[in-house]
Order: sequence, then C-alpha cells, then structure tokens
Amino acid sequence: MGLDFTVVPDYFGALLMGAGWTVAITICAGLLSFFGGIVFAVIALYGHWALRLPVRAFAFLFMGTPLLLQLFLIYFGLIEVGIDLPAFAAGVIGLGLHFAVYNSELIQASIPAVDKGQYEGARTLGLSRGQTLRRIVIPQAVRAVIPPMGNNMIALLKDSALVSVIGVMELNLSAQQAISRTYRPFEFYLAAAFCYYIINLALEAGLRHLERRIAASR
Amino acid sequence: MTDQAFVTIKNAAKSFGKLQVLRDINLSVERGQIVAIIGPSGSGKSTLLRAINELDPLTSGEVWLEYVQINKTLPHRQHEAHVNQVRQNIGMVFQHFNLFPHLTVRGNITLAPRMLKGLSEADANKLAEEQLAKVGLTEKIDEHPSRLSGGQKQRVAIARALAMKPKVMLFDEATSALDHELVEEVNLVMKQLAEEHMTMIIVTHEMDFAASVCDRVLFMDQGVVVEEGPPAVIFQNPKEERTRNFLRKHLSR
Ligand SMILES: Nc1ncnc2c1ncn2[C@@H]1O[C@H](COP(=O)(O)OP(=O)(O)OP(=O)(O)O)[C@@H](O)[C@H]1O
Ligand SMILES: [Mg+2]
Repeated sequence: MGLDFTVVPDYFGALLMGAGWTVAITICAGLLSFFGGIVFAVIALYGHWALRLPVRAFAFLFMGTPLLLQLFLIYFGLIEVGIDLPAFAAGVIGLGLHFAVYNSELIQASIPAVDKGQYEGARTLGLSRGQTLRRIVIPQAVRAVIPPMGNNMIALLKDSALVSVIGVMELNLSAQQAISRTYRPFEFYLAAAFCYYIINLALEAGLRHLERRIAASR
Repeated sequence: MTDQAFVTIKNAAKSFGKLQVLRDINLSVERGQIVAIIGPSGSGKSTLLRAINELDPLTSGEVWLEYVQINKTLPHRQHEAHVNQVRQNIGMVFQHFNLFPHLTVRGNITLAPRMLKGLSEADANKLAEEQLAKVGLTEKIDEHPSRLSGGQKQRVAIARALAMKPKVMLFDEATSALDHELVEEVNLVMKQLAEEHMTMIIVTHEMDFAASVCDRVLFMDQGVVVEEGPPAVIFQNPKEERTRNFLRKHLSR
C-alpha cells in the first residue's frame, strides 16, 4: 500500500478549520505574550518586592517546567480550585504566559540599554518617571528586541500544537481525527505540516514587514 | 525677597561621592539676559547647568526661578511633582540632541504639550508647525529624526524645547557634536532667540559665538567661577591668570 493523498480533500474543510483555530490561538497567545512580557519586565525592573518576588517565582516556574505540564495545570488543575476555563482560553493563557516570560527576559535586558539621554530628554520636558517609561523608554526597548521576539512568536506558533492535548480543535488535533477515521497518518501529518509551513511563512513575512517599518524609527 | 533675579543660584555646591565638582557658586541671571559659561573640560559647567533643572541636584545651596525655589526639600512624591512642574518652564538642549527616535518630528514636539498641558491634537499640530517654522524646518514635520542631519536634529530639539514655552533655555554645548559646516545653522537659531530676548544660559566652547551673542561670560575652573563679566572684558582684558591661560589656548585655535 503506497501513499494515497486522495483522501485528504475529504477532510479539507476540517483541516482548514483547524488551521483557523491555530491562527486564532497564535494571535491571541501572541498578543498576551507581548503585553504580558512588557508588564513582567517592568515589574521585574521597577516593581515593589511584594510584586517582584511572585513574578520571579512565576517566571522560574514557567521557564523551568514543560509547557505541556503547564497546559494541564491550567486546564485540569485549576478546576479543583473552582476555575473551569474553556479549552481555548486555557490554551491561550498557557501559551501566552509561557512566552510572556521569554519576551520579558528580552525586554528586561533592553530597557536598561535605552540611551540615558532619552530619559534626560523626556524628564527635562517635565514628563514624570512613569510617563517617560511608558512613552519613551518602553517603545524603544520593545523596538530593539522585535527580531528575537519575532523568533519567540514563531516558536509559539509551533508549540501551539501542544494545546491539542487539552482538546482545542486546532490543526494538529484536526489531523489526528482525520487519521483516526482514515488510518492515513502519513498523508494527514504531511498535510498538517504543510499548513503549519504556510502559516509560518505568513508570520515571517509579517515580521519582516514590521521590522522594515520600524527601521526608520530606531 | 525683593530684588529677585530671574534665575538665581546661591552658594551652590555639588559632590559626586568624594569628588567635589561645584564649590560655592553664586549666579543671578536677569530676565532676557544671555549668559555664557566657558571653562576647561571637567570644570563643572554641565553639572551647574544640570543643577538648574534638577537633573543633577545640588548637594547644598539654592536654585530659584523667579519666586520659586527649584530645589526645595520636599517629601519624595511632592518633590517629583514639583520638579516635573518647574521643568516645564526650563528648556534644555543637549550636545547629543536626545530626540526620540521612535517619534516623528511632529511627535517629538507635540508629546510634552499634549501630555502635560492637555493640548488638543489640532492645537498641538499648529504649535509644532509654528515652532518648526521658527527653526526653518517646516517641511520635515513628518520625518523621523534618523532622516535628519545633525544640524537639523539640533534645530528640532530646540523647537521641541520651545514648544513648552519655557521661561529660560539652557544649552549644553549645543553645537559640539556637529560637523563644522552645520554649526552655523544652529547658532543662527540661537541668535534669533537672543533677539527675541529669551533668557538663556549657554555652555559653549565657541568663544566667538559667546562674544557676539552673550551679555555676560562666566569662566569656570575646578568647580568655581573664577571670573565673570561682559564679553569685552573677559575676552580682551581678563584679570585672572587662569582665564588668560584658558583663553590663550582656545582663542589661538
Ligand atoms: N554622574 C557623575 N558621576 C560622577 N562624576 C561625575 C558625574 N558627572 C560629572 N562628573 C564629574 O564632575 C566633573 C565635572 O563634570 P562636568 O560634566 O560638569 O564638566 P564640564 O565642565 O561640563 O566638562 P566638559 O567641557 O568636558 O563637558 C568631572 O570631573 C566629571 O568627571
Ligand atoms: Mg559638559
């Protein structure tokens, strides 16, 4: 029995649907990881210790344990304390916070690297510390780490396949379901891989476009 | 206080750790007066200038702008608010411009007036156009700083400071980082401000400029004001040996 891709078109709709969910979860978790990364970085650098310590413990937990386990914890574990999240929300939170920790590391390093003259320029005009941080320092610190944060986004897209374990009907799980009906693993996994590849190309093109757009503003 | 000058510095002293950088400096600047501060590298010129707007707060002494003491002792939070308030009245221009690279020229100029004075977008835009017209850069309003020459950057930095309608302008070697041929365009803008009777304190290494624009010249060395007077006296007939030595090196260039 050789490869037979003629079964794939029957599940085209299901795969497309799965790809749609993969894109949705990547965008939502990506946004959470972006803004969460900024918030964690600011707390880590300037926060009161009562805020800084729990955030550091949290970052340690998220960097030191498998993402898979984190997803189980958020989806199944939190039910025990009365938090019953829909699978999609649990997936977004797990993926988003996981990568927020990595983005935060990048921003924590780039905030102190913003030229001292930028603080002085802003403070001299009368801006407060908070205003300077928000309007001058953070926008520049974030721009400086767009390329490595983009790499984190690509890793996030790929790791989004893990949320299939908590039952989010994304691309990977859609392929698995088609396989369980057709017994054609190779064809469907290849089809799914192809979809990931296309989404990845689009994401990379978007990131390159963003990098070009901000090139003048650095 | 009855005979209050516009900017007053009294018994100013400043140390960085064990290094004493300013010693017992007194200075009164009248409204509309233009004062140049000259002196060798490390003599404390920048530190004195930066003490005026609390970028480098004094260790002891007082700084006043009209009837407001800038370096009042206040609880931390009130001090912050006070300093942010007084800084709106004091424009500062830096050697390296310190423009915000992520904002356009328009954004650089309108940011503080919009955030701190609550100007509407339309009013802020009008203000930006006015200030840019003053420095001759109206056509650059939508450019990012990275697309400007050094001289243009510095003129935008001046426009940005002026947009806050400051009572006094501080210049810390505004032309020192510029290529020789770009110095004049910035000097012209400063001369124009002088004609409009802006109160200015100018740290400079350009003796010709100081002589032609300023009402008074202060010569500083090792944290003290060695000698001060009208440019004609300081440049042509200085009393102090240290001033003569400094000028011999700098005027012969
Ligand atoms: N933040 C700081 N911490 C420690 N020492 C400082 C600091 N800023 C300035 N100094 C020291 O204070 C002294 C005076 O510096 P300042 O920058 O005021 O000199 P300046 O007259 O402006 O010199 P230049 O002409 O080179 O700009 C120098 O010895 C300098 O090294
Ligand atoms: Mg200096």
